[in-house]
Amino acid sequence: MGAPLAILNTENKKGLALISAPLGYVIAMLAVPLAAILLISFWTQDFQTFDTTPTLNNYREAVTDPLYRELLFRSIRIAGLVTLVTVLLAFPIAYFISFHVAPSRKSLWLFLITIPFWTSYLIRVFLWKVILGFNGVLNSGLQTVGIIDEPLTFILYNANAVVITLAHAFAPFAILPIFVALEKIDRSLLEASQDLGESKLSTFFRVTLPLAMPGVVAAVLIVFIPTIGDYVTPRLVGGPDGLMIANMIQVQFLRLNNAPMGATLAVIAMLSVSLIALLFVALNRRYLRGSR
Amino acid sequence: MTALIDLKNVNKYYGDYHALRGINLEIAQGEFFSLLGPSGCGKTTLLRTIAGFEAPSDGTLHIAGADMNGVPANARPTNMVFQSYAIFPHLSVAENVGFGLRKAQMSKQEKMKSVEEALDMVGLKGFRGRAAHALSGGQRQRVALARALILKPKVLLLDEPLSALDKKLREQMQSELRRLQRQVGITFILVTHDQEEALIMSDRVAVMFEGEIAQLADPQTLYKRPVTRKVGDFIGVMNFLPATVKDAAAIDLDVAGLGAVTIAEDQAPSGITPGAAEVGIRPEMMSILFEGEPDRGQITQATIKDRAYYGDMTYYDVDIEDAPKPITISMKNMIGRPVLEVGDTARVSWDARSLVLFSA
Ligand SMILES: Nc1ncnc2c1ncn2[C@@H]1O[C@H](COP(=O)(O)OP(=O)(O)O)[C@@H](O)[C@H]1O
Ligand SMILES: [Mg+2]
Repeated sequence: MGAPLAILNTENKKGLALISAPLGYVIAMLAVPLAAILLISFWTQDFQTFDTTPTLNNYREAVTDPLYRELLFRSIRIAGLVTLVTVLLAFPIAYFISFHVAPSRKSLWLFLITIPFWTSYLIRVFLWKVILGFNGVLNSGLQTVGIIDEPLTFILYNANAVVITLAHAFAPFAILPIFVALEKIDRSLLEASQDLGESKLSTFFRVTLPLAMPGVVAAVLIVFIPTIGDYVTPRLVGGPDGLMIANMIQVQFLRLNNAPMGATLAVIAMLSVSLIALLFVALNRRYLRGSR
Repeated sequence: MTALIDLKNVNKYYGDYHALRGINLEIAQGEFFSLLGPSGCGKTTLLRTIAGFEAPSDGTLHIAGADMNGVPANARPTNMVFQSYAIFPHLSVAENVGFGLRKAQMSKQEKMKSVEEALDMVGLKGFRGRAAHALSGGQRQRVALARALILKPKVLLLDEPLSALDKKLREQMQSELRRLQRQVGITFILVTHDQEEALIMSDRVAVMFEGEIAQLADPQTLYKRPVTRKVGDFIGVMNFLPATVKDAAAIDLDVAGLGAVTIAEDQAPSGITPGAAEVGIRPEMMSILFEGEPDRGQITQATIKDRAYYGDMTYYDVDIEDAPKPITISMKNMIGRPVLEVGDTARVSWDARSLVLFSA
């Protein structure tokens, strides 16, 4: 079995040596737990112990039980909505920084955008609770100035609150890749488009946007993948209608003491995410290919 | 006939920086015009002003009789070949070339045919499906040319289009650009810092220094009769010798190293006064006399101080009595002409008609 290693030249060996430490880390922290989850998902909970006979019963139950299905679809829907809102809000910000901020100020602006991240994720979620609550900042503010009489109830303890909170939490992760893609656009391309008869607006749609697509795709994936499995935000601000699949996984593992079912749901959620992500990448291959 | 492009007293300020200083310029329909000058002299700024990417701080610009004040770049009858070529990386060659045809009143077939013709014209037949990033520098430039010419602009603006190409390709593109310009009959305005390129290609050249046009002339006049020492120095090589104007009316001079000479009116700037001045002469306008070669009127004794052998040419630096600096003379290496050694003495022949007088 020495043959494959013998093929490696010194360059490859050096590369291998360089990545061996992180590779070991990734195997220990990612691959091993993943394999464990996969294994457990084929087992059955037998009161305090596992029945390790491999079975697909968990998967059958997960697919047929409408509760699980509803939770999975809701997770996809909420994550999709979060992604849409985040990217739509992030794009103008990234565009503004890239095109309208003096080059010497750009890093300052990017720095300012990270400021909310100096506090913990949990605290930020609680802050949104304070802002969106029944007697929260938003409602009392709007009531004081007389815009509303009754407090708004559709903004907390439901899916909307989850979307608002997550969109805020992931904004910088969407802004940065879009900003980088916009920065890479050669400004003379925009002038060339105008020189060839296009207005500023049509130049945006024919040149800027297509060239920014790799950044947008990256932003979509970066936001969508973690939000679909988010667990803290739906738990804290989602109310009963805002719960997502990760909350159910937690319930299975901890409260119902059914680790195999939790593992099965985790695997299914993972597969759904991979499928959607792959679909998205495939759809945008054209753009990803176009920019070198 | 009115000029196709007419700039009157155009100034451009970037903050305090005066980038264009009182530019007056008329360019005729069908002309191959060059803007020549060292880097940073304002050539690109002037070109971008014509294209509509910069607004003049004051002065007027007319293209084909229409005032361009407030007319955006996408509404001007000009197209540009950018220095970086600005090929759209997300589009194919055909999509790049057809980019500006979106609003044209043409059927899809007509557009495709037009793209085909434009590609053919620049020698890129069969490249239509190629991805933009799979092109070489020369091919990118051809795409940029086709993309601009397909719109049949009144003026094609080219910002140092050849400077990124290697020498062979550059020379090939120079003659090809010239041929293309004659073929389409469109006015070309070429920006270049390469004086040879400007001389080879242009009908007329404007030499710019520090935001000002120093001289506007056809290539021969520019080379033979530069109006200032700076222009003479920038275009090709020129020897400068201190001189004294003895008689301003008859233009009698006393030139250091060459002695007393009389020159004609077209060799001197207007309004000369007696006193100190300077005389310029090109290296090929002086010649070392070899066995049996006829002289050209005037003879001066010289000693070879240095020489550089170029194969077809030899450049000699010669010391001439009374001249403060060595003078450069270029000699074609013809049959019967030996290459002289350092220290050899030689007889140098020259003609008073080759001298140019500059005010001090
Ligand atoms: N947008 C700008 N802002 C400030 N200064 C500029 C700008 N564009 C050009 N300049 C200055 O104007 C001068 C002329 O520039 P340019 O026209 O690009 O020169 P060239 O093309 O002859 O090399 C340069 O000194 C340059 O620094
Ligand atoms: Mg320039």
